[in-house]
Amino acid sequence: MSKPTKKMTHCNVSIQLEDFDLSVETRELQKRGADIGGIASFIGAVRSSELDSQQGALRALEIEHYPAMTQRSVEASCEQAWKRWGFIACTVIHRVGRLPVGAQIVLVIVAARHRKEAFAACEFIMDDLKTSAPFWKKAEFENSTCWVDAKTSDTEAMDKW
Amino acid sequence: MIKVLFFAKLREQLDCAAKSVPYQAGDDVIALAYRLVDKGGSSWSVLLDKETVCAVNQQIVEHSFILNDGDEVAFFPPVTGG
Repeated sequence: MSKPTKKMTHCNVSIQLEDFDLSVETRELQKRGADIGGIASFIGAVRSSELDSQQGALRALEIEHYPAMTQRSVEASCEQAWKRWGFIACTVIHRVGRLPVGAQIVLVIVAARHRKEAFAACEFIMDDLKTSAPFWKKAEFENSTCWVDAKTSDTEAMDKW
Repeated sequence: MIKVLFFAKLREQLDCAAKSVPYQAGDDVIALAYRLVDKGGSSWSVLLDKETVCAVNQQIVEHSFILNDGDEVAFFPPVTGG
């Protein structure tokens, strides 16, 4: 496989309050090249049991970020993945604000010539984003709130790359 | 001046989102943190925790990173996005 030498071109990163639609985003990405042979995607969502707690049921996550840094940080994750796997195009959408249980939080789609690059780059971008992009989750329960602690398993997931 | 920002749990603990601090030549991140603790009191010592992350001009740096006048410095807890 030849190493890509030019700069990554088709990288679309959005930090937004609004929800996203996987089908719409995938169709957009498919327009990025006739040589796309595989598209891998990942969606992260707010699950009901975010924390082991006696605080009752989780209602929502409030996602805070560092606006001046977030976009750049996620783009840097994509750039690293692109340098390694040379995919054709990617889209990353991360939502912020209050997201109730069941809501979509994050979307990563990678379009590549072959499935292996698509799968690997998609997983790498998620792992890198989880340990380096400046987002923080606050869990909202029926009667209380608390900040979600960083997981060592996320750091370990990144270490394997 | 150095513009200092605090995020998430740190912002709540310190009850402060942003602060301007006079620039002192030769300061690194840890020296700045000590000055904030001296001025703000013991609750600010969270800035010295080894898990506290620091970014200068939106790039994550080590605590030994040397600052320049006009830098934007952010302190925050380990990130939990995704």
